[in-house]
Amino acid sequence: MIRLEGISRTFEVGGEPVHALTDVDETITAGEHLAIMGPSGSGKSTLLHILGCLDRPDRGVYELLGRDVARLDEAELSLVRRHTIGFVFQFFHLVPRLTALQNVELPMVFAGIDAGERRERAMARLRAVGLEARASHRPDQLSGGERQRAAIARATVLDPKLLLADEPTGNLDTASGRHVLEILERMNAAAGLTLVVVTHDPAVARRARRVLVLKDGRIVHRGDGGHIQEAIEILAAAENGP
Amino acid sequence: MSPRDLLGFAARALRGHRLRTGMSLLGVAIGVAAVVTLTALGEGARRYVVGQFAAIGTNLVIVVPGKTETTGGMPGMGGVPNDLTLEDARAVLRGVPEVDKAAPIVMGTETVAFGERRRQVALAGGTYEMLEVRRLGIVSGRFLPPLEWDRSAPVTVLGETTARELFPGRDPVGQVVRIGDWRMRVVGVLAPRGQQLGVDMNDVAVVPVATAMKMLDRRSLFRLLLQVRSHADLDRAKERVVRLIKERHGEEDVTAITQDAVLGAFTSILGALTLALAGIASVSLAVAGVGIMNVMLVSVSERTREIGLLKALGAERRQILLAFLAEAVLISSAGGLLGLAAGWLAVRGLVFLYPALPASPPPWAVLAAFSLSVAVGAVFGVLPARRATRLDPVAALAGR
Repeated sequence: MIRLEGISRTFEVGGEPVHALTDVDETITAGEHLAIMGPSGSGKSTLLHILGCLDRPDRGVYELLGRDVARLDEAELSLVRRHTIGFVFQFFHLVPRLTALQNVELPMVFAGIDAGERRERAMARLRAVGLEARASHRPDQLSGGERQRAAIARATVLDPKLLLADEPTGNLDTASGRHVLEILERMNAAAGLTLVVVTHDPAVARRARRVLVLKDGRIVHRGDGGHIQEAIEILAAAENGP
Repeated sequence: MSPRDLLGFAARALRGHRLRTGMSLLGVAIGVAAVVTLTALGEGARRYVVGQFAAIGTNLVIVVPGKTETTGGMPGMGGVPNDLTLEDARAVLRGVPEVDKAAPIVMGTETVAFGERRRQVALAGGTYEMLEVRRLGIVSGRFLPPLEWDRSAPVTVLGETTARELFPGRDPVGQVVRIGDWRMRVVGVLAPRGQQLGVDMNDVAVVPVATAMKMLDRRSLFRLLLQVRSHADLDRAKERVVRLIKERHGEEDVTAITQDAVLGAFTSILGALTLALAGIASVSLAVAGVGIMNVMLVSVSERTREIGLLKALGAERRQILLAFLAEAVLISSAGGLLGLAAGWLAVRGLVFLYPALPASPPPWAVLAAFSLSVAVGAVFGVLPARRATRLDPVAALAGR
């Protein structure tokens, strides 16, 4: 589904180049549940942004569903984001003046889906995340967990192939966080949605089937299945050690 | 994204900032109201003048002694080589078939007295025909009798103000007043009228033209008003009148003015004035546009994260541009509508305070003011909207 080859991304910070990603190669197959871990500044967010077509690599090839998306123009990229990718953010990013239902409808508004169908599909999504009763509440009337569930409903309402979650539980208490993860995993399992979660919470990473550990813009470890614990230990060493 | 969704999205965004939206909307409203009110004033002035001319008849040729341009000086006040006489008037009436009626007029100032009450008024010498030619009305009694033009008679018709001042609460018809050294019987009172051709027809005493010439010791007419049968004959009648009097006097020493020429001059002057007022008022619309731009720039920077989110959700640049433009246009067109309403109220107020001024905004000004207000939103909204579309999604999501 995804093939990354020699991906590099460099930022200018205070006149000095910072290598956020250097020569990253990776393949992600459809239906995977992948966690990306790494200390702050390791490039994990940059990798997520590139996967989500919000940012472009300076070098390398990013093939998404067989298309070289690095070469697409801005208008084509927005269509890829709209139909292929869903985002879940640490800070939810719900539009405060819109109700939960209107927030979930938002991607469909830009996709030009008519009001009746929009409402139906948005309600179905809210039902799937258990927020049906909260449809007409605005974000400030929802708890953190409810907000994130509304955000998940919004991210998945156009049936994307790839769901990218950036610290989805970072702002939630343990119970709400677990609930949110369960919903994400259920979608991953049932709908075959490819799920990529960026986290530095070992408890979150442990639930993934595969873990990438980044450090200084490079993948320093790939764990799979039972070796997740090992990855977490490497991460701990990377965070504590020099 | 359907236009309805676009407007709905924009309207909800604006409702979040009622005060700020209201203020920038008010700016546009004031601009539009100013355009409507000021052009209504200009148009009112034009209509007032046109109405004044219409009130003294549109098929009128005015002959004044002296060769002057219509635009220069006061006709009839310069050196006059030859008198314009009653005989000239008769000759014109006989010799120019286009002329239907002639009203020779003599003007002067005299004191009118009744008992202890005295009043300085304009003394007008006229004839029976003057009533029709000058479109005068009678509220009491009748107008001057149809005498031969060179016959005197001790009768007078008083203007409305004159009658009221000399005979408070009474009908002056049948009473005898003194005008200068003359005793005159009042036969009628004129209907109230505004200023006409510089003469206040409310404060006047009208006597037969031959009588006035004796009283004022004049041989020359102040004016000769000629009513032409048809509007189409106006210019031909004017030429023939001038030629005829030139033959009689041996030189061209009179000036003939038609309503059209004077009216045309006034209309173009007042039209230009209205346009200038509209232009001045439009400046305030431009200022209101800067206000909208300011508000939209604040809105874009406040909603940076939201714009980042919209990009992440797959909103195209064009859609984000349109969404923010729609907000600006909504502000400006709502302000425009409010301004039209406020302008309408202001014009109604003006008409209430000054009933004589037929103030009414010309349709082109109403249309232009509203279209301009919509355009102001579209033009001044472009810069903030473009700024929104150019945000980098990653930085925008982080609030940077």
